[in-house]
Amino acid sequence: MPPAELPSEQRDFQEYARRWLAENAPPPPPERLPLMSIEVSSPALREYLGEWQGRCYEAGLVGADLPVEYGGGGHEGFQRIANREMSRAATPYLLNVVALNMAIPTILVHGTEEQKKRFIRPALSCEEIWCQGFSEPGAGSDMANQQTSAVRKGDKWIVNGHKVWTSLGHFAKWMILITRTSKEHKYDGLTYFLCPIEGHPGVTVKPLIKMTGERGFNEVLFEDVELDDSLRLDEVGKGWTVAMTTLTYERGAAEGAGGGGGNRQSEIDRMIALARESWKDGVRASDDPVTRDAIAQRAIVEQGMAQNVRRMRVPALCDHPMRLPLQMKLTGSEFAQQNARLGVGIAGVRSTLYTNDPEAPDAGHWPLSYMDSYGHTIAAGTNEIQRNILGERVLGLPKSK
Amino acid sequence: MTTKTPPRDFGFGEDEQMLRDLARRFLDENLPVERLRQLVAADSEAAYVRGERPGWDEGLWKQIVELGWTGLAVPEEQGGIGAKLVAIAALVEEVGRHALPSPLVATLCASHVLRAAGTAHAKAWLSRIAEGTAASLAITDARGSWDPSDTDVHASAGDALTLSGRACFVQDAFKCEAFVVSARRNGGTVLCVVPRDAEGLTLEQSRIHDLTRDQATLHFDGVRVSPGDLVAEDGAAALRAGWPAVLVTVAADLCGTSEWQLQTTVDYARERKQFDRQIGFFQAVKHPLVNGMIENDRARSILYHAACQIDEGEADAETAARMAKSAASDAGAFLSDRSVQLHGGIGFTWECDVHLFFKRSLHNQVLYGDAAYQRARIADHLIGPIGA
Repeated sequence: MPPAELPSEQRDFQEYARRWLAENAPPPPPERLPLMSIEVSSPALREYLGEWQGRCYEAGLVGADLPVEYGGGGHEGFQRIANREMSRAATPYLLNVVALNMAIPTILVHGTEEQKKRFIRPALSCEEIWCQGFSEPGAGSDMANQQTSAVRKGDKWIVNGHKVWTSLGHFAKWMILITRTSKEHKYDGLTYFLCPIEGHPGVTVKPLIKMTGERGFNEVLFEDVELDDSLRLDEVGKGWTVAMTTLTYERGAAEGAGGGGGNRQSEIDRMIALARESWKDGVRASDDPVTRDAIAQRAIVEQGMAQNVRRMRVPALCDHPMRLPLQMKLTGSEFAQQNARLGVGIAGVRSTLYTNDPEAPDAGHWPLSYMDSYGHTIAAGTNEIQRNILGERVLGLPKSK
Repeated sequence: MTTKTPPRDFGFGEDEQMLRDLARRFLDENLPVERLRQLVAADSEAAYVRGERPGWDEGLWKQIVELGWTGLAVPEEQGGIGAKLVAIAALVEEVGRHALPSPLVATLCASHVLRAAGTAHAKAWLSRIAEGTAASLAITDARGSWDPSDTDVHASAGDALTLSGRACFVQDAFKCEAFVVSARRNGGTVLCVVPRDAEGLTLEQSRIHDLTRDQATLHFDGVRVSPGDLVAEDGAAALRAGWPAVLVTVAADLCGTSEWQLQTTVDYARERKQFDRQIGFFQAVKHPLVNGMIENDRARSILYHAACQIDEGEADAETAARMAKSAASDAGAFLSDRSVQLHGGIGFTWECDVHLFFKRSLHNQVLYGDAAYQRARIADHLIGPIGA
C-alpha cells in the first residue's frame, strides 16, 4: 500500500499504473521462464519479454524518473511506484536488466550529451539489449587485473581480449566494457567503452554452460575489434572510477534508474507450502520443530532485509552512510542460497528429482535454484570480496591489498 | 476499506532523534567504561565470592529521574513523556551500549504492562512511575515459564486480596520501589502492584553472573493488597498485550551491547599487531566482524520495525517483536563470542572490559525467552501450531 503522505500526483500515477497493469496483463509466456532475466536464453522468450518491456516503456512504467530529452518520463519518485506495482501485479520481469540497472545509470553519470541521446531510449524500450564486459578469466574478484587491451590508432581503438560470465551476451547489441589502455598503472590504466556486439566484426559470442546444464551466459572474444573514440565513456584512464559507478548500481547500493520489475513471490510462503506436503519419517515437515525453527529463521532474515531497505532512507538510524547499502548484494544472495538449501532439505529425497521429472516438488525449483544461487554469491564481486569491502570501507579495518 | 500505512521512517523524526542523541551524550559523559568498571568490577571477589550486589550510581539515577526517563513509556495524561516506542528503543540501545546499571529497563517493562492493563488503578501507578518510582515485573514462576498465565503467587479469594508464594527472576528488584505482580485467583490471574516495603514481602537476592544488574526472588507471605493496587482483573491478557513492548525494550538493550562489542573489537583489531600486521588485516578476523555487523543490523532494523508496529497499533506487532528479540539474541550471542575470542588472551581476563558486556548480553539473550523460543512462537504464527 502507498504511504498515506504520497503527493497527489504520485497517488494518481499509482492508480494509473495499477489500472494499466490490470488491463494490459501479458499472455502467459510461450515456455517456462527462468528464475531471473539474466538466465533467459531462448529466442522465443527474448521476443516475448522484449515486447512486454517495450509496452511497459510506452506506458511510462520504465524510465519514469529519467529526463524527457533522453526518452524518460521526466518525473520524480514515480519509478519506485511503478516497480512496486509491477511486483504486485506479478507481471513478467523486465528483460534488459543490465541496461536498466547498470548501463543507463553509468551513462547518465559519465556520458556525453550525444551518448545519452543515442543510447538511453532504445535501452529503455528493449530494442537494444545490453550486456556487461567486466569479468575475465584472470580478473574475477581482482577486477582491476584487466587484460583485455585497447590500443589507440588515430581516432579508433583496437580491442583484443576475452570476457567471461557475460549474461545476455547472446542477445546483446551493446556491452559496457572495461579495457586496459596502460600497463603502467593497475587502476589508472583502465578505460571504459560502450562496445557494439551483435554483428560487429571481430566479436565472437560463445555460450557457457552452467553447472545446472542451463545456458544464459557466455564468453565473448575480441579479435582486433575496432571501436570509434566516440564510444569511449569518460576519460582515458578513468575506467576504474566509471566501473565503480556501475558496480554501485549493480550491487543495489543506489536505486536503479530504469526500474527492475516484478514477479517476486514470498519464498517463505512457498517453503511453508512445501513443508505441508513433505514428510520426515512419518511426520509432516511442517510439524517438525527443527524445520519450523529453520523456516522462522528464514522469515526473520527476510524481514531484516526489508527493514534494512527502509532504514537506509532514515539517516538518523544509520551510523555510516554505506553500512547498509553495501550489505545488500551479500545478504540478498546468501538469503536466496540458504532458502533454496532449506527447501532441498524439506523436500527430502524428492529433491533428487530434476525439473523434467513430473514428480519433482515445485517442478524441481529447490535444487535448481540452490545450484543457481552460487551465480549470485560469486557474481558482482564474490561475497568474500564484499566482506573485505565492508570491513575496510565501513569498519575501517586494514586493507587486504 | 482503508489500510493504514506504516511511516517510512519508523516514526523516528526530529523529536525522537533529539531524545536518543541526548541519551548518547549524557551516558558518554557520565558513564565511560572506566567508570562502569570502577562501579561494578573493582573487585573480582565482591559478587562471586562474597555475594555482594554490584554497585550502581544512585546519583546518576537521580539525574535520570530528573530527565524524566522513568516516564518515557507513561502517557502525558499521567505526567509522563509518552515517547514513541521507537524512540524508547533507540534510547535503550544507548543504555545497552553503556551497560548502564539502573532500574530503567525494568521500569520501562513494568510501564508497558501497566499501560496495557489500562485501568484507573494502573494509571495511578503510571503517574507514580513518571514521578520517579522505579518498578519491576514480578511475573515469572520458578521454572522460568514465559506463559502469562503461569505464576507461583496465589491470591486469596474474597474481598481482601492477600498474596502468598513467590515470584522468581525479578530484574533489578533491589533498585525498585514497587513490583507488578501476577497472581493466580479463581482459575485466572490478576495483576497487582506491591510496594517494596509491603508487610510480608521479602527479597531474596539471586547470585548472578551479570555485574550490571541485580535479580531477586520475591517471597509473599500473606501480603495484603489494597483495593487501589489491583491493576488488572485479567492479568494474563494485560501481560500478553504489553509483552511485545517488553520484548522490544530488552532487544534494544541487546542491540546496544552488541554494537559496543562490535566497535570495541574493531578498534582492538586495528590496534593489535601480530606477524607485523594489525590483526584486522587478516580475513579470519575481518570477516567475522563483518558478519557480526550484518547480524546486528538485521536485529536493529527489525527492532525499529517492531517498535513502529506497536506504536501504530498493528495487529502483527507481536510477531515483529519476537523477531526483534530473536535476531537481537542471536546477534548478541555471536558478537559476545567474537568479542572475547578476537581479543585473544587479554579478552579472557577480568581486566578487559569485554566480560562486562558479555555477561549483560548473555543475561538478556535468555530473559523473556531466548532466540529459539521466540522462533517457536513465530512458527506457530506463520505455519500454525504443531499438529493443526
